[in-house]
Amino acid sequence: MAAISVTNVTKSYQRDKTSVPVLNDVSISVQQGEFLALMGPSGSGKTTLLNLIAGIDRPTSGSILVQGIDIATLGETALAKWRAQKVGFIFQFYNLIPVLSAFENVELPLMLTSLSKKERKQQVETALSVVGLADRMTHSPNQLSGGQQQRVAIARAIATDPDIIVADEPTGDLDKLSADEIMTLLERLNSEFGKTIVMVTHDPRAAERAKVVRHLDKGDLLAEEVRS
Amino acid sequence: MKLVKLIFKNALRHKLRASLTIVGIAIAVMSFGLLRTVVTAWNAGVASSAADRLITRQSVSFIFPLPYAYRDQIGKVPGVAKVTWFNWFGGVYKDKTQFFARMACDPETLFDVYPEFVMDAEQLAVFKKERNSCIIGSGLAQTYNLKVGDAMEMDGDIYPGKWQFVVRGIYKPRDKATDVTQMFFHWQYLDERIRRDDPSRAGNMGWFAVKVNDPTQSASVSEQIDALFKNSRAETKTETERAFQQGFVAASGAVLTAINVMSFVIIGIIMLVLGNTMIMSARERTREYAVLKTLGFSGGHLIMFIAGESLVISFLGAVIGLALLVPMVSNFEQVMPKGFFPVFYIEPSTWVIAAAAAMLVGVAAAIVPIQRALRTRIVDGLRFIG
Repeated sequence: MAAISVTNVTKSYQRDKTSVPVLNDVSISVQQGEFLALMGPSGSGKTTLLNLIAGIDRPTSGSILVQGIDIATLGETALAKWRAQKVGFIFQFYNLIPVLSAFENVELPLMLTSLSKKERKQQVETALSVVGLADRMTHSPNQLSGGQQQRVAIARAIATDPDIIVADEPTGDLDKLSADEIMTLLERLNSEFGKTIVMVTHDPRAAERAKVVRHLDKGDLLAEEVRS
Repeated sequence: MKLVKLIFKNALRHKLRASLTIVGIAIAVMSFGLLRTVVTAWNAGVASSAADRLITRQSVSFIFPLPYAYRDQIGKVPGVAKVTWFNWFGGVYKDKTQFFARMACDPETLFDVYPEFVMDAEQLAVFKKERNSCIIGSGLAQTYNLKVGDAMEMDGDIYPGKWQFVVRGIYKPRDKATDVTQMFFHWQYLDERIRRDDPSRAGNMGWFAVKVNDPTQSASVSEQIDALFKNSRAETKTETERAFQQGFVAASGAVLTAINVMSFVIIGIIMLVLGNTMIMSARERTREYAVLKTLGFSGGHLIMFIAGESLVISFLGAVIGLALLVPMVSNFEQVMPKGFFPVFYIEPSTWVIAAAAAMLVGVAAAIVPIQRALRTRIVDGLRFIG
């Protein structure tokens, strides 16, 4: 069974009285442990597709099965709970909470779990060690470089040990060196920890690190490109 | 980390803005408390009125006297337990700015009708014996540093001439609402002097205070007293002490209403100030709320974060404001002419209302930001550039 199965999904937005189509009858399957890169020009619908897979937006029609659950049918509360347990998010602009330290930012999603303080601490320390920031736990986001902030964001994404990680332009705001570090980290999460990763990117260098690259254009999914 | 920590950190994220808002709330809470205290002080006479006391005065006006002979007739009315009487003396002590109530009274009956004036039995015995003695409230004694045995000299205005008194007793209050800024002396002392200097005014008194056996019979007793003197040269008007005091307060009704309205306008203003702060900070954090929702935080969490933040600010403002209220009230009392407010203290209900109002403002100010945060879709929030 595919980890993610998107079937005949359409998505359109209402602008005043006009319906603007963003995704046209898209179907895609992502296997367990796959590293998928979604590429395409601006407005092609790649971020919309990522948002639908991550359960932060709803399709106009079609079904999205993630590990057998049709997330399009879940209510808001159930969907929020599902996201907390199953999906790790990485954003282009890191989206860390500026008043919290690196440790506290990573701990944030764990606050929704039933873990004890000690268990949370252990989990946060492990996640920060994985991203190589064990020595920066007490630093606040503004004391960290862009690459380091993104690594904290990755630690936050993996803190709950989700099966799926979605990343929206994770290298979009980084210099080349930092971008390489981030991509190496994502590769490691995929290969070493078996995480299924769906990444949206404009950056061909980043896309090269994915196992599968799919292109979108004007809401249509183009042919598959599989790498060894 | 606890989520409460995030609420506190967010509340104080913009230190200058948060500080200004907190100071604004503190000033408003303090002003609200002060205005309520002024209203309370104004109504103190009404609040301290005894249910079992009636006041009988001249029906035309309080300033016209009643004959002494009425005393015995009133005392015989069924339901009347005790009668005492007073004359407003006026006069000047030290200078004209030093105001406090000075009244001629009947030492034998005063304390039977006014048990809230608590006096040492020995002092009372001396007071009763000495014709030119007087008793003063503990507040007055403190204000003028007077003690038993001190002399008090006054220039009479309603009753001209120099008047010499000796303090023979200091009464204490039975409760907080009791006026301790009054001075009482022998009515006989006053009357003897009037008899000598202006005999036409002798044998009169200002008003009677009548203690009744059963407060539920007050209306009937009042009617019976007034009926006694109907068509006489000095008809009476008898009413409960509360109604009598309310008559005084009613004269300043417009001012009191204005103060009351002002106190609530202040609450309205702090609501707008805090509301504005909360709307600004919630708007700036649109993306963060979207991130929190993305991570799995529910609408309930968002309500907790925003309302909590608003409550933290209003709570800090309320605490500072209430802490400042005590010295503020004390200073206000100092700058007011002495005796202007005989009873001036912060009522427990003022603390509660001020604190509750601040908390209510905290909740109300969070409503619009909460609505916006809940309504904003995650995808829109993530795209937000503040």
